[in-house]
Amino acid sequence: MLRVRDLTKAFDTADGPLPVLRGVSLDLAPGETLALTGESGSGKSTLLYLVAGLDAPSSGTIEIGGRALSEMDDAARARLRRAEVGLVFQQFNLIPSLDVAANLAFHARLKGGTPDVAPMAERLGLAEHLSRYPEQLSGGQQQRVAVGRTLIARPRLILADEPTGNLDEATGDAVLDLLREAAEGTGAALMMVTHSERLAGRLSRRLHLRGGVLA
Amino acid sequence: MRAALGALLSHWRRHPLQALTLIVGLALATGLWTGVQAINAQARTSYDWAAAQLGQDSLERIVHPGRDLALADFAAFRRAGWPVTPVLEGRVRGTRVIGIDPFTAPPGEGVPDLSGADDLTAFLTGELAFGGAGAALPIAVRRLDGVAPGTAVADIAAVQRLLGTARIDRLLLLPGVEGDPASVVPGTAREAPPAEGDLDRLTDSFHLNLTAFGLLAFAVGLFIVNAAIGLAFEQRRPLFRTLRAIGLSARALTALLAGELLILTLVAGLIGCALGYLVAAALLPGVAATLGGLYGAPVDGGLTLAPAWWLTGLGMAVAGAALAGGQSLWQLARLPVLAPAMPRAWARARAATLRRQGAGGVALLAAAALLGAFGQGLGAGFALLGALLLGAALLLPPLLVAALDGLSRLVRGPVAEWMVADARQQVPGLSLALMALLLALAANVGVGTMVGSFRETFTGWLDQRLAAQLYVTGADEAQAREIAAFVGDRADVLPIVSVQTDVAGAPGELFGQPDHPIFRDEWPLLDAVAAPWDRLHAGEGALLNEQTARRMDLWAGDAVDLGGTAWEVLGVYSDYGNPRGQAILGLGAFDAAYPEADRRRLALVTGDAALRDDLEARFGLPPDRLVDQAGIKRFSLDVFEQTFAVTRALNVLTLGVAGFALWASLTTLGTMRLPQVAPVWALGLTRRAIALSDLARATLLAALTAALAVPVGLALAWVLLAVVNVAAFGWRLPMLVYPGQWLELALWALLAAALAALVPAWRLWRMAPARLVGVFAGER
Repeated sequence: MLRVRDLTKAFDTADGPLPVLRGVSLDLAPGETLALTGESGSGKSTLLYLVAGLDAPSSGTIEIGGRALSEMDDAARARLRRAEVGLVFQQFNLIPSLDVAANLAFHARLKGGTPDVAPMAERLGLAEHLSRYPEQLSGGQQQRVAVGRTLIARPRLILADEPTGNLDEATGDAVLDLLREAAEGTGAALMMVTHSERLAGRLSRRLHLRGGVLA
Repeated sequence: MRAALGALLSHWRRHPLQALTLIVGLALATGLWTGVQAINAQARTSYDWAAAQLGQDSLERIVHPGRDLALADFAAFRRAGWPVTPVLEGRVRGTRVIGIDPFTAPPGEGVPDLSGADDLTAFLTGELAFGGAGAALPIAVRRLDGVAPGTAVADIAAVQRLLGTARIDRLLLLPGVEGDPASVVPGTAREAPPAEGDLDRLTDSFHLNLTAFGLLAFAVGLFIVNAAIGLAFEQRRPLFRTLRAIGLSARALTALLAGELLILTLVAGLIGCALGYLVAAALLPGVAATLGGLYGAPVDGGLTLAPAWWLTGLGMAVAGAALAGGQSLWQLARLPVLAPAMPRAWARARAATLRRQGAGGVALLAAAALLGAFGQGLGAGFALLGALLLGAALLLPPLLVAALDGLSRLVRGPVAEWMVADARQQVPGLSLALMALLLALAANVGVGTMVGSFRETFTGWLDQRLAAQLYVTGADEAQAREIAAFVGDRADVLPIVSVQTDVAGAPGELFGQPDHPIFRDEWPLLDAVAAPWDRLHAGEGALLNEQTARRMDLWAGDAVDLGGTAWEVLGVYSDYGNPRGQAILGLGAFDAAYPEADRRRLALVTGDAALRDDLEARFGLPPDRLVDQAGIKRFSLDVFEQTFAVTRALNVLTLGVAGFALWASLTTLGTMRLPQVAPVWALGLTRRAIALSDLARATLLAALTAALAVPVGLALAWVLLAVVNVAAFGWRLPMLVYPGQWLELALWALLAAALAALVPAWRLWRMAPARLVGVFAGER
């Protein structure tokens, strides 16, 4: 599903290029769940965003479903994200102008679908909050909406950046269960960035980044 | 404290656009306001100067309510030992000319020193006049500092020759004389010096209009300042919390921010004063021409700067900033230390705020309706305008939200739905700029409708009033008779006769009108008894102009005093452009009452195209004494166009200020709303698509605002035409609407909004993905 080879990324700074990733290679099969751990600044989130096509690498290749991101322009990468990738962020990043129902359906509708959000809302315990706006929800509820948005869109690759970082332990566990179920139930691959050794241990595979290199 | 101040000021270094917005907004507001005030002050100084010539603002006068005074009357008073001096005023080649008697004129402002070798002779023989800046006459004019600009002083006999008259306007009476002048010349009476200059009275409404527009521009500018200060405070809330948490008291923090605001305000105020000077200098020549053409008011086209003017400008800037920033400072002073630190300018979207705004708007519109129904006078008219505009501005955000709610039910597709929902959420952040746009657009629709109505009505009215083809003034009555005889049956010869007299208790002019179809057929009467023309020419009453009828509430069937005689009002006619009272008697009745009236003027109703040339060849009449209809119309329309040129200029400036407000708000919000667009981008919408939707969103909001501005503008036009103009000028115009003009204005508004949104949208389109990714990493 995902193939990353010799990936490097350096950011331009006043003192010259700052390397963040130095030759990362990894593969992720459908249905596989991968925890990416590492210290702050080790390049975990950068790797995730590069894989999502949100940013371009300095060198190296990324293939999703056999298609190389480097050969795609901005619009094609956007189409790929719409069709194949589901993103879950630490800050939830819901669309504040849309209510919960519209947020849940948004990604799937962008793909061209006409989803019924009610079953998912029921499953996520959000059925009574469908007409509320994100700012009216708790952090846990917002993250459930973000996960629900991804699950309803049924992407082939789920990328989650510290999805439980702003949540208490119980709520974080519940969110992780949802993501695992989604991967196992739909055959999607899951790559999750986390600081938590405990949560990382609950996924099928684990990689550790140190100084921009997989340890 | 110093460290805290440094931390606070660092915000402006990181957000130079916000600093620019605040300073430019305040400078524009101050500039337009002080510019208008400078124009008004300059004009009033000129009026006072003109009124003070020869001490006319302080000396008693002797007048004859029933006829013109003549030099013979002056001689009679002098022989009787009365210390009087004659004055005759008129306009020659655009210069106000004052005729005086150098031997009896009181010494003082404007009275020339004639002690030079040949000066007295040249003055008395009419070869020399003394004038202020810009004065020009057919005779030599020597510059004299004491004479008002555009004014010249000459010997009274010379001025009589220049004006082609034998009358004098009044006799000024030097102090210390008791007694009744009627004992010397029967029919004469003493008259107190005018409590307020005639020009002040006549031009008050004009200046009030200017002031109102200056105030509108100031208000629009303050919307910008309020928005900029509000955003700067919102963005610094985390910093405020930190400063409070480490020990800075709320009072110290508020004082620091007030000091910071004061510094910015002084900078903006100085720029605004300079801008105001430029605005005033640019507009003053037009205003001077308007006031000269419309009221005969001499205004110096050059601008004098007084220190008080700068101080007043700075004072307005400080007051404006206090008004615009007061709310934010007040909130800050009451901010709990642990208040939420999320910088969310759009948090104002709370339904409660919208409800409060809506309620305030409805209350103000209700007050406007009450003022419209029961208010009296110009003050009530302007209060009505203020309530209407402010009420409409306050209602705009809730109405926009309601319209977008309605639209959200109509649109289909996730992107369109998101765009409408996003536009709805942007309303609070953009509301001040949109309010400014609404005010500017409404003012444009309102003033455009008023000017258009005025132009169309005025042109039609001129066609009716100037029904004769030629207007001739003989050198004397004998020549007038000779001209009439020469014309013979080539034209209908209609004498134009009038006297200056009291009309319903105020100085005015009374005409005698011959019986002719051009009057019966062409003059529409606003109010009339049965068979008014027959009764007029039977000597049974008089016609009254609209402004006198409205001012004195005299209508058909009422009695009016004309020069001491009571007449029945037979009808009321429109008399646009004339600020004074006027009445018409049938020619027979007029001749009987005023046998001595000047009879040198004739109107010739003719189809003979050669008559003008023949008259010119036969009598050698100068252009100012042989005027054709087209020339008078051209002059009148020129005066009209000039009258509204300044208003139009202020209108355009106000629209420009609103456009700037929109641009500033969109640019600032463009950065603040990254957290809203980044998720949409991450989910698969391109930056290009998002940028285009931003353009569409701004255009949509401008379109909705323009749609709401049309009814507000029409209400404004109605208030201007039916309330303000009636109170200010004394006449009421029919309201004519110009949908094409609205469409054009709406297109301009859309273009302005699209241009305002272009830069922020372009920046979003070209934004480095790393910046958008930064949103997910919590880097905001």
